[in-house]
Amino acid sequence: MSEHATDRGPGLFSRMFGAILPSRRRARAGNPVSAPIVPAQSIAGKSLMIVIAIMSFLACLTLGAVSLVRDASLGWQADIVREITIQVRPVDGVDTNAEAQKASTIAASMPGVAQARVLEDWENAKLLEPWLGSGLDMSDLPIPHLIVVELADPDAVDLIALASRLDKEVKGASLDDHRTWTDRLKTMANATVIIGVTILGLVFIATVLSVIFATRGAMASNRDIVSVLHYVGAEASFIAREFQRHFLFLGLKGGLLGASGAAILFAVLSFFIGRSIATPEGDQVSALFGRFAIGPTGYLGALVIALLIGVMTAITSRLTVYRHLASIE
Amino acid sequence: MIRFENVGLRYGMGAEVLRDLSFQIAPKSFQFLTGPSGAGKSTLLRLLCLSLKPTRGLITVFDRDVVTLPKADLPALRRRVGVVFQDFRLLDHLTTFENVALPLRVLGREESSYRADVVELLKWVGLGDRMQALPPILSGGEKQRAAIARALIGQPEILLADEPTGNVDPPLAKRLLRLFVELNRLGTSVVIATHDIGLMNQFDARRLVLHEGRLSIYE
Repeated sequence: MSEHATDRGPGLFSRMFGAILPSRRRARAGNPVSAPIVPAQSIAGKSLMIVIAIMSFLACLTLGAVSLVRDASLGWQADIVREITIQVRPVDGVDTNAEAQKASTIAASMPGVAQARVLEDWENAKLLEPWLGSGLDMSDLPIPHLIVVELADPDAVDLIALASRLDKEVKGASLDDHRTWTDRLKTMANATVIIGVTILGLVFIATVLSVIFATRGAMASNRDIVSVLHYVGAEASFIAREFQRHFLFLGLKGGLLGASGAAILFAVLSFFIGRSIATPEGDQVSALFGRFAIGPTGYLGALVIALLIGVMTAITSRLTVYRHLASIE
Repeated sequence: MIRFENVGLRYGMGAEVLRDLSFQIAPKSFQFLTGPSGAGKSTLLRLLCLSLKPTRGLITVFDRDVVTLPKADLPALRRRVGVVFQDFRLLDHLTTFENVALPLRVLGREESSYRADVVELLKWVGLGDRMQALPPILSGGEKQRAAIARALIGQPEILLADEPTGNVDPPLAKRLLRLFVELNRLGTSVVIATHDIGLMNQFDARRLVLHEGRLSIYE
């Protein structure tokens, strides 16, 4: 019936996803396919698809960046909470070495502690090297002794009890459990997630608004068709479906294009950062973000975003058509 | 079938364009709706085909009060009324066959279930060899017949035609009138809005004459 309507064969996307469209199902069933009531050419499809692709790309980038920062932050926190530090400051008339050994013994005796070790003088000198230079005689300086305590099970260690014992039994001792750092990291990670979710929300709102404008435009340019459909007794749901079909297709196409772009970008970045891992710049990036890989979950997230944008586009256009029809009844 | 009681209609805050209309359209009846340009024929047709609501009075269509009718019930009622527009309102990107089949397609029916009916109707209106043609290449008369076929394919109980012979030559106008009369004999009520006296004189039927928004009826 519709030789005139399709001069070109269906594109790759149409062949892949066209199966979900009712007209395609009819075609597969061997029945002739009528031309769409709302012609695809009457909808400003290309520009809307580009807008949706850009939105999808930004949404996927945001999702990737958020998951990258969150994973890195969780990694840092996991490393930090597995280690605490005891500091023994020099006190007049007290043997700091002996106090440090005592603190180490107390720490090692606590449940959940893997081992406690007093840092050697050369290790202290190395820590201070950036400020005081090399070749220092540490015995001349009143610097505190540090005891590194590695935790086997952070949840099993009673830090309050350990701090209390150190306070009572070791002169000049103080416990640093890095809580300030982990709290800051948590705050930073949470802030990143909130910012990311806000950006995602804004991207989705912008997409919805674009689709609303495009649907209104499509309804306006197809006013005659809508009017005829009304007169021949078409239900609002039928008219909405005719428009929704186009927008679902556009949304899926744009969403997948954008998501593919973001996935390719992540794969390329991951590849180049993986190659430069031995360089100082690469070390810095990998120290911050690991191997800059978003992993299968990230790619799956991009696919979910693309599908979500497609479905959201279809639902938005459907609701817009309903509202438009209600206003002209 | 359709009943008007003291119906008045105004657009916005303007003067009434239709005043105190009271009449009935009986099943299987045939009537011409006539009057000078600007008398309100098109507005009355819009009231009859449920695209306008009166500002006062009562209109019942198939025993339903159109003022209180829920929006969701409108499409089912509209399907019982066939409309032929003066400007045809065929969809240019659909073939004649697809245009005529539109009222059945919106019901969600498969093409195979209505194909034979549409082909038969197109042959009946003399468009059997123009089924695959697009409206832009049809002549005025062909478009008119396609529009009539589209209004008839759903077997409406009443057919409203707005100046159906306005764009055709006299022989074709006569042929179209015969088509309407035959349709009426088969049981469909027909309302033809026209100001073509010659056409009305060809068939003895009830005349609804609108003048300055008021209706006179000549049985």
